[in-house]
Amino acid sequence: MEHNTMNLTLKVWRQKNNKAKGGFETFNVKNISSEMSFLEMFDVLNEQLVAENKEPVAFDHDCREGICGACSMYINGRAHGPWHHNTTCQLHMREYKDGDTIVVEPWRADSFPVIKDLVVDRSAFDRIIQAGGYISVNTGNAVDANSLPIDKQKADESFAAATCIGCGACVAACPNTSAMLFVSAKVSHLALLPQGEPERQLRAVKMVEQMDTEGFGSCTNIGACEAECPKGISLENIARLNREYISAIMDGDSTGA
Amino acid sequence: MPLNSKIPAGPLESKWKTYKSTCKLVNPANKRQLEIIVIGTGLAGASAAASLGEMGYKVKAFCFQDSPRRAHSIAAQGGINAAKNYQNDGDSTYRLFYDTVKGGDYRAREGNVYRLAEVSASIIDQCVAQGVPFAREYGGLLSNRSFGGTQVQRTFYAAGQTGQQLLIGAYQALERQVSLGNVEMYSRHEMMEVVKIDGVARGIIARNLVTGELERHFGHAVLLCSGGYGNVFYLSTNAMGSNVSAAWKAHKQGAFFGNPCFTQIHPTCIPVSGDHQSKLTLMSESLRNDGRIWVPKQKGDNRKATDIPEEERDYYLERRYPAFGNLVPRDVASRAAKERCDEGYGVGASKMAVYLDFAAAIMRYGKIEANKQGQHNADAAAVRTLGEAVVKEKYGNLFEMYEKITGEDPYKVPMRIYPAVHYTMGGLWVDYELMTTVPGLYALGEANFSDHGANRLGASALMQGLADGYFVIPYTMGNNLADDIRTKAIPTDHAAFVAAEKEVSDRINKLMSIKGKTSVEAFHKKLGKIMWEKCGMARNAKGLTEAIAEIQALKKEFWSDVRIPGDINEFNPELDKAGRVADFIELGELMCKDALNRNESCGGHFREEYQTPDGEAMRQDDLYSYVAAWEYKGESQEELHKEELIFDVVHPSQRSYK
Repeated sequence: MEHNTMNLTLKVWRQKNNKAKGGFETFNVKNISSEMSFLEMFDVLNEQLVAENKEPVAFDHDCREGICGACSMYINGRAHGPWHHNTTCQLHMREYKDGDTIVVEPWRADSFPVIKDLVVDRSAFDRIIQAGGYISVNTGNAVDANSLPIDKQKADESFAAATCIGCGACVAACPNTSAMLFVSAKVSHLALLPQGEPERQLRAVKMVEQMDTEGFGSCTNIGACEAECPKGISLENIARLNREYISAIMDGDSTGA
Repeated sequence: MPLNSKIPAGPLESKWKTYKSTCKLVNPANKRQLEIIVIGTGLAGASAAASLGEMGYKVKAFCFQDSPRRAHSIAAQGGINAAKNYQNDGDSTYRLFYDTVKGGDYRAREGNVYRLAEVSASIIDQCVAQGVPFAREYGGLLSNRSFGGTQVQRTFYAAGQTGQQLLIGAYQALERQVSLGNVEMYSRHEMMEVVKIDGVARGIIARNLVTGELERHFGHAVLLCSGGYGNVFYLSTNAMGSNVSAAWKAHKQGAFFGNPCFTQIHPTCIPVSGDHQSKLTLMSESLRNDGRIWVPKQKGDNRKATDIPEEERDYYLERRYPAFGNLVPRDVASRAAKERCDEGYGVGASKMAVYLDFAAAIMRYGKIEANKQGQHNADAAAVRTLGEAVVKEKYGNLFEMYEKITGEDPYKVPMRIYPAVHYTMGGLWVDYELMTTVPGLYALGEANFSDHGANRLGASALMQGLADGYFVIPYTMGNNLADDIRTKAIPTDHAAFVAAEKEVSDRINKLMSIKGKTSVEAFHKKLGKIMWEKCGMARNAKGLTEAIAEIQALKKEFWSDVRIPGDINEFNPELDKAGRVADFIELGELMCKDALNRNESCGGHFREEYQTPDGEAMRQDDLYSYVAAWEYKGESQEELHKEELIFDVVHPSQRSYK
């Protein structure tokens, strides 16, 4: 692959901690290879800052192969940057050219408070799963895995919803900071499988309740979540969540009433 | 201290059944009084924490990531093995056991491996019940594929995201226990020390990574499910945060380290592109089902892959190993790639890569698809389009990932791949009950050494992590805690907790006070370079001896010149990393010692002095048919203990995949 190097200007959100006031700081980085990933470019910046005896920029990252969901940069106004179906760690510098200025912010949502610089607290997502994002089956004594055939199309749809990596880009991209795409992906994953059937209604209601408790905004069908989702989770899941929720409420008995 | 593996007596196939029906139990009321600490929330940790919580124990689980769902098991791609024999191709518990012992080059315990094969089928049942969306056939039943080192189809998968789906299943089970109050979850927490009281592990010191505060946690038992140590090489397929620290602290507290030099170098990874590289990305072994590996027959051939005609290509795995072809085990495939590149046949800009080519598979699948659709005279272009669609369904996400990283389209040009550090078979020594040499301290999953010998077969890591967590520890934990029901929770103002916390705090203060000139990252890179060059895919006595001296020098330099910016009492990733790199340096030295001690080649451990005339690994069974278990005796001091390996059922022979 042909490659080249570039010099860039970065405007990065700095914030000492949750209580401190944050602001943008400007950095120049030089000789960035087009073959680097976006986070490797940040590694270069941080090595430079350590050499200058300054504090490096804090950012969440772990697997660096687009699957763990840790990385979370809001790049030039877009969650995970410009590439389609992509996480920050998989964005590569061949996207940029010499002299570019890149603005990098953390996810912005009241339900994702900033911990430091570009790192936010996404534990609200764990609490939503705790509310019902599971099938209540204890370890041991499950029936044979092939005892219940599952229509391939449904299994595939369930899998597609289950590929959500819980990164929170959907919330960051939404002007209302709604978490509907995240919640609907989990509700769909489990509702489409026969194993998820018994708790189907209660699950939808409980997860939506917790989502509201966490302070996420309402869904107004803008579609930014789907457009920015690194795994391409479809808006159809939100439609399914709405159907699940309404039918649960109509049935009444699911909420224990 | 003599090592007692506690393998139950009796025939292989009844050992685990006998153990389960005779082990001690803890009644429900007592379980509620017993506290268990779980470090790490990957497949082993999440499944253990969830299962133990379900059983009624009081569990505390810790992970350094922001959520338990991010543990590195999530990145496993290809699949999970299970002896279900759904494909009616002659699979059985015995075959899976046999393949695993042979694949591990006869350096694993028969008893453990048989148990692993035995519980494998239950794992699939459990996961399906939890809603793990495995790949299915049109008839609605589960689909399987082949993996290296086997001749049956026993690998269950969910596209190229099997680890993700299994981990999400375990994570959901864990979160359910959190909501029920049976498990308390501590995210963004790192284990800093094991606390021992009267020789028994009774808790940990943890550090809250957001505030920097040290915390004391009591447990009747402590489970380390903290993964492997591949990042000792700096570049590996592991996540950036994967580290050895929890296991290393345990080692320094008396847990023996088993076979530290057994490292798996995975044959199919995206090659290094430059000095900036921070990690390497795996391309699933499942790709070797359909991809053919080759290099040009002519040295230094600079033509584009697509311009090299068929007869000028060397499909070297098919040539050398006709019986298994492209599906030889990982260690064999990796060494063969290195051999070709070292001889000057490598491809790409760096010449340190080989091709993994899907052209033949695309055309083959395309023809089948065309026939299915009744297009018996379809032209090559139409066949190719149809074939690409089939390949996309099987491996789409992997092809996409390859294209994002390299900027090349693998549907049109062959992938370039090269081996990279992927997994560590070595780890804390454990007995049959998964207990280390420290009573009350257990190690599960990749963190222990137990089941894979000197080489792990593909799709067996997920199997082992979940076997340990779902199906082994729930029994063995009770067998030991049954004797502990009279032990009341020990208050954390106990002198042992105070002393351990002070030790941790002193070390952190020491690190921060060095205020040197060199970044943590720079030290890590230096260590990685030493390890890769001298303790990597090929090792020899001279290189290993040099490496030990170099690492000792690096350690001195680290402790006098490392620069860590920021403060202790805040979110400080540089400080977190400094502690981990300090431990990697010490581990690196032990790995080299272990590799130097083992004067033979086996599995992933290839000593250049010990090879057959045609370049295959040459074991020395009469001298080295043992587990090397190292006891920490002070700085750079380790004492070797040997656990003899006894093969009652499988007879070690030279592994042949020809």
